[in-house]
Amino acid sequence: MTRISIIAAALVVGAGAALGLAGSAAAQPKKIVIGVQCDRTGATQIVGTVLCPAMHDYFNYVNANQPLAGYTIDAPEIDTSYKVPPAVEAYQRQKQEGAVIMAVYGTPQTHALNERLEKDQMPTTTPGFGIAASADGGKYPYLFPIAASYFSEGAAAVKFAKDQLGGSLKGKKIAYIYIDNPAGKEPLPLIQDLQKSEGFELRTFAVPLPGVELGAQVLDITQRYHPDFVISHLFGRSPSILIKSLKQNGYPLSKAVGLVWASAEADIKAAGGWQVAEGYHTMQFAGAGDDYPIRQAIKAMYAKEGKTVPATMDDTVIYNRGLFEAAIQVEALRNALKLTHGDPPTGTDVKKGMEEIHDFTLGGLVPPLQITPTDHEGGGYVRIFKVHDGKLVPETGWFNAYRDLVWQQVKAAEKTE
Amino acid sequence: MFHREAGVFKTSYGADMALYPLPIAKWGVAAFAGLFIAVAPLTFGEYYLSLLNLCLVAIIGALGLNILLGYTGQISIGQGAFMSVGAYTAANLIVRLGLPFWITIPAGGLMAALVGTLVGIPSLRIKGIYLAIATLAAQLIIEWTINHVTWISGGMQSSIEIPRPSLFGIRLTTEAKIYVFLMFFVVLAIVATLNLLRSRIGRAFIAIRDQDIAAEIIGINIFRYKLYAFAISSFYAGVAGALESYYLGIANYEQFQLDVSIDYLAMVIIGGLGSVLGSIFGAVFVTLLPIATRWGLQSFGHLFVSQADLDNLIPSLRLVIFGGLIIFFLIVEPDGLARLWRNIRNYFRVWPFSY
Repeated sequence: MTRISIIAAALVVGAGAALGLAGSAAAQPKKIVIGVQCDRTGATQIVGTVLCPAMHDYFNYVNANQPLAGYTIDAPEIDTSYKVPPAVEAYQRQKQEGAVIMAVYGTPQTHALNERLEKDQMPTTTPGFGIAASADGGKYPYLFPIAASYFSEGAAAVKFAKDQLGGSLKGKKIAYIYIDNPAGKEPLPLIQDLQKSEGFELRTFAVPLPGVELGAQVLDITQRYHPDFVISHLFGRSPSILIKSLKQNGYPLSKAVGLVWASAEADIKAAGGWQVAEGYHTMQFAGAGDDYPIRQAIKAMYAKEGKTVPATMDDTVIYNRGLFEAAIQVEALRNALKLTHGDPPTGTDVKKGMEEIHDFTLGGLVPPLQITPTDHEGGGYVRIFKVHDGKLVPETGWFNAYRDLVWQQVKAAEKTE
Repeated sequence: MFHREAGVFKTSYGADMALYPLPIAKWGVAAFAGLFIAVAPLTFGEYYLSLLNLCLVAIIGALGLNILLGYTGQISIGQGAFMSVGAYTAANLIVRLGLPFWITIPAGGLMAALVGTLVGIPSLRIKGIYLAIATLAAQLIIEWTINHVTWISGGMQSSIEIPRPSLFGIRLTTEAKIYVFLMFFVVLAIVATLNLLRSRIGRAFIAIRDQDIAAEIIGINIFRYKLYAFAISSFYAGVAGALESYYLGIANYEQFQLDVSIDYLAMVIIGGLGSVLGSIFGAVFVTLLPIATRWGLQSFGHLFVSQADLDNLIPSLRLVIFGGLIIFFLIVEPDGLARLWRNIRNYFRVWPFSY
């Protein structure tokens, strides 16, 4: 009996594998493959479970409504659980499937794949994480951070604090609270540079991973240091805990800004809801909120197919970042197809297409990026939103700050890399 | 062809201690080695070679942990940290001094062995779960140190890029070349482990595992041999870490965090404690099972749910299946895959005349 069941199981598995092979062999000839790596499981799953569906929604929307000239987009996805070896496997797999552009997820994964990307000429987007120095397209030709790097975010946060505190930081006190890992420490040298030039007082508060216990740091900030402004660079569960504890200790949240990964709706809800977080500032590299034509179009697409709009769309911050990344990739493909006059583009073509993205705003969701062969960050634009009345309201327009200092840091980081 | 034994006719100590007493085993292993050493790099596609490369690195790490956990009975949750010590030692030696790989890889191993020996000191006084916590502390301390000491980690991002190794003027850039490079170390590691375990040191390890008081009474210096076990195990880990860095082209401390240590622990337990073959089975199983389940789900999933649901389902279902299969195999054979293999082999050894 057991032997029969083993044989049966083997046959079923074999048949399934055969089906899978047959399926991939019989696919349509005219398709462009985008390799998507995802983290729907693992340490950063709050991002992946929303970001990746958003990317697929956008690709489906493009295929249905604004198709690329003569091609359909095929975006196979592989989950890496934020681990490095699966990312290497996923990369090889998707390269074999013919991908010409990739979306990697995670800083260590980007580091581990960087050399292969360059060798295989595989343009890859890494918005909001990855190698900080990859803003320099001359040194990292196939990495496209497209969103503001941590350097740019740090600079923008200081600029925002300066504007909020009346145009000068002289003699003011700023607290920088961060997760104690490489990503958390990254903006620090830039903020220290600014401390000298702007003349403010700076104290840093490290939060050890996993960052669920920051009572001591918050007490230090609110009861002893009394800063004029708090810049927080936290991930995962810790942003919500910071918001909650600042509130409990009576610190005005309107004097706090969270960098991009401390800024999602989920953080606000986990902090105790919109009421608690009222006034808190969030930094975004893609527009937050629901008022964008592309979001309405995707909702209409779901309605047309007779499906309910998935709940992932309610997490507008992360969902819109997925739209942002997908839209930039599709735009690069469009530019590449123009260059090749309709021939299947190679990785190099897509890289060139990427470097021609200027002022593609997608109805305000995407910042006015100017991606060039030397600037793969596109200018490092961010926008500050404020928690107000149960939603995120824009507080500033798209802006960037202290570009010369940011590029100094990029060049310095290149040397140590 | 099917030459099998019909009794014990060994007349010399050499025959008794042979690694493969039966000709069929010897030829089987030789054929298997031939397939993977000579045929695979020439015929397998790049993707399959990259899978094998990931397995090869894991095999060395798992072998190291098995020497400590499976043979000496000392539990360690610091394998990932020891790997990072090897990786950063090698990376610093390459980048700062420009040394070739045949110095940096053993150097990485030796540095890891040194750190491992220090971490092993508490093993004299504590055992079992207490020792596990001590090694966990070591994992966290080493992670913290690499993260904060930029002299070691090479900067704010704690990552050091490593150029590909070159051998006789050939830079090992393709998967096939790297495969041969890694395979050399794997063969070395397997042969070294097999021989270590039938040496005086290996027998002392096993004696300590089985009953440490008895071992002490028959004259084994427990402290010294426990430290040996930690040193040798960490040496393997260090070499594995250095090799992984060479393979990826970078040493990054986030590659070697606690979950990696747990993965290696899983490899050794699933594969079979106290078995060289088990380490290999476990490493391959833990590395490839998630990929195999994904293939299976992708092939079958379309029959049941839409693509969007499938994308959502696969990652979670894969973890469930992965966990389920581990439990399944451990229930079927608590001694791991190696024991399962031995049972199958023993069944066929006397087949079809089993009575």
